[in-house]
Amino acid sequence: MKIFKSKKKKTVLVCCGTGCLANNSLEIYKELKRKAEISGINVKIRPAVKATGCNGLCEKGPIVKIYPDDIFYCNVKVSDVDEIIDRTIKNDEVIDRLLYLDTSTGKRVKSHKDSKFYGKQTKIVLRNIGEVDPASIEDYIERGGYQALKKALSDLSPGDVISEIKKSGLRGRGGAGYPTGSKWEQCDKANNFPKYVVCNGDEGDPGAFMDRSIMEGDPHSVIEGMLICAYAVRAEQGYAYIRDEYSLAIENMSKAIEQAKKRGFLGSNILNKGFNFDIQIVRGGGAFVCGESTALMSSIEGNVGEPRIKYIHSTERGLWEHPTVLNNVETWANVPVIIDKGAEWFNSIGTERSKGTKVFSLVGKVNNTGLIEVPMGMTLKEIIFDIGGGIPGSKKFKAVQTGGPSGGCIPESLVDLKVDFDSLDEAGSMMGSGGMIVMDEDTCMVEVARYYLNFLSEESCGKCVPCREGIKRMLGIVDGICSGRGQEEDIDLLFELSETIKEASLCGLGKTAPNPVITTIKYFREEYLEHIINKRCPAGTCKELINYYIDEDICKGCGLCQKNCPSGAISGQLKSKYTIDISKCAKCGVCRDVCKFKAVKIKGGVAK
Amino acid sequence: MSSGKTQEIFSYTSSILKEYPREQRFLLAILQDIQKQYNYLPREALTIIHEYLDIPMSKLYSMATFYKALSLKPKGKYVIKVCDGTACHIRGSSLIIDEIQKLLNISPGDTTEDGLFSLETVNCLGSCALAPVMVVNGKYFGKVTPKMVKKIIDEFGGQNSEDI
Repeated sequence: MKIFKSKKKKTVLVCCGTGCLANNSLEIYKELKRKAEISGINVKIRPAVKATGCNGLCEKGPIVKIYPDDIFYCNVKVSDVDEIIDRTIKNDEVIDRLLYLDTSTGKRVKSHKDSKFYGKQTKIVLRNIGEVDPASIEDYIERGGYQALKKALSDLSPGDVISEIKKSGLRGRGGAGYPTGSKWEQCDKANNFPKYVVCNGDEGDPGAFMDRSIMEGDPHSVIEGMLICAYAVRAEQGYAYIRDEYSLAIENMSKAIEQAKKRGFLGSNILNKGFNFDIQIVRGGGAFVCGESTALMSSIEGNVGEPRIKYIHSTERGLWEHPTVLNNVETWANVPVIIDKGAEWFNSIGTERSKGTKVFSLVGKVNNTGLIEVPMGMTLKEIIFDIGGGIPGSKKFKAVQTGGPSGGCIPESLVDLKVDFDSLDEAGSMMGSGGMIVMDEDTCMVEVARYYLNFLSEESCGKCVPCREGIKRMLGIVDGICSGRGQEEDIDLLFELSETIKEASLCGLGKTAPNPVITTIKYFREEYLEHIINKRCPAGTCKELINYYIDEDICKGCGLCQKNCPSGAISGQLKSKYTIDISKCAKCGVCRDVCKFKAVKIKGGVAK
Repeated sequence: MSSGKTQEIFSYTSSILKEYPREQRFLLAILQDIQKQYNYLPREALTIIHEYLDIPMSKLYSMATFYKALSLKPKGKYVIKVCDGTACHIRGSSLIIDEIQKLLNISPGDTTEDGLFSLETVNCLGSCALAPVMVVNGKYFGKVTPKMVKKIIDEFGGQNSEDI
């Protein structure tokens, strides 16, 4: 048992990001706070208990951190609270059982910084998340918050700010990677007032939740970024468009705006410099296409979110036909740090044409699911295997999907690819907003393509015929392939449709919609052919092409599969061999998951 | 609809409208507030909004059908949201959806006849570490298996329960 001594006031941070909240972390927070209040009578120094934003390692949540001793507890339960108070808070003992277990070394580590998951990360955007109470502007200021705003307003001209952002090489984190400084410059040159500054918080890519975590965990960094831009382009009104589903993000951003107003960081005559700026929150309506900048502006105006043609930039004629700078949440959060530490510092991180870091949500078939931030140029291998801890259940890594529905699947053969805007483009995928979905040998790539087509066919706004009808046609074809009705000419037809949709759609949704299909055919053509010619799904995913059966040689007759089968399709006697009635089987795979002997197997071929 | 109910909708909608200036840009926010209260957009409410903002009914209909957060059909007492984001999908969310469809006999987007359950699929709740995830009226269930579905539904009164 390790014992440490610290005389300083302790701070207990309880992660209340969405992942941990879903694992009951609010109860832990309340209980810790209650117990800390009571025990305050006996303890000399009463600890401060704070609820923070997402720590990133959602897989191991709920997470509790204790400062100044830098102890990192994971998978904490309400029943652990007493022990944490008694042993760690009162007696300075570390509870080994709750420490993070580094699977690669088999050792438990006291501080999160000692783990590979955190050790390999560089936190710029996520600098405060998990460390501050998002509801407290004091916490943010204590960590250097609003210093950049003061610096900009006192020492820099609007032109200086723009050239600093240009020099930094910051590119938009929303997906396309447009240079942020150039965007601001264009808006600055437009001489039509009022101008607007917009935050795109309509994060819609499935499997991506970095923007939500930033707005929830460090809302002031977004506000400060918008303020600095508003000063640079001489805008007085800002809008933060946030997905309606993100209730906690809306709540925390609203609180932060109120606090900033009280402190004189927002409103009129900010910091007595004669600069006025205000931010209003607009709740999104749950339409994926509203993540597209012109559709988003249309939605703020109170219309349906249909994109418009972009031969005139939004920086000249955007919201209500006025010059508008629209950036994504993560881009905004980068801005204060760049102004504070300087363009050169930022420029030293990353690759030739992609500077700084990128936040990814590392999800899917990976051990350490969560939110990570790495310098541009880190290889996929380092991200997935070092930080992500590899694939669960000793399965084989198959592919990683980046860029959401606009991106593509990158196969195992490209695992040494250095991740930045350009390298992902070259591989046929894209950076997108930063979803990184890891797939293993059990994931069928044709089915993944089908999934994205289905998503896009539902989310197409319907304005352009090639997108609206073309995606549906592609979905029909891929659906057919997944259910054993595929024909050899289907692949050519898919390419042909892809070309048309790319060429003839107005906005990014349509222009990139075929990417998941094109990349999966490019890298996994064999798998398509297997479905089409042999009517087999090698990954064992496509229901119409598989059957479950129990291998008699392996079955020990424990009956667990029968007990767990929701369809009542398994029959047999204890200690004898069990069998699956194919006519009743719903192919849900529960039996395969519960069998301890791996006796349940999948047979390819068309179901009879 | 009874006149009492109509009256109630009228006064609630009017109270919401008072909070917003007469500008089109607040239309989505107004509709969301009404949706939150009733779980759908009652026609009576739309009529009042149409008069207040001087926006044609056709436009309100277009908004209501475009945005997923809005609906013209009443939703059930319990709204089951199954996450079908990519992470949940590759960890088997479609099997969860199948199981719920089988148990409640409704497709995504529908409501059971007794008005108890609505089934919806959503694109990513950002809780990918818990994949697959389902949420019933804000309560999260993580790492759901088809086997767990019946238990979860039963917790909310189930399809055969009588204590509704």
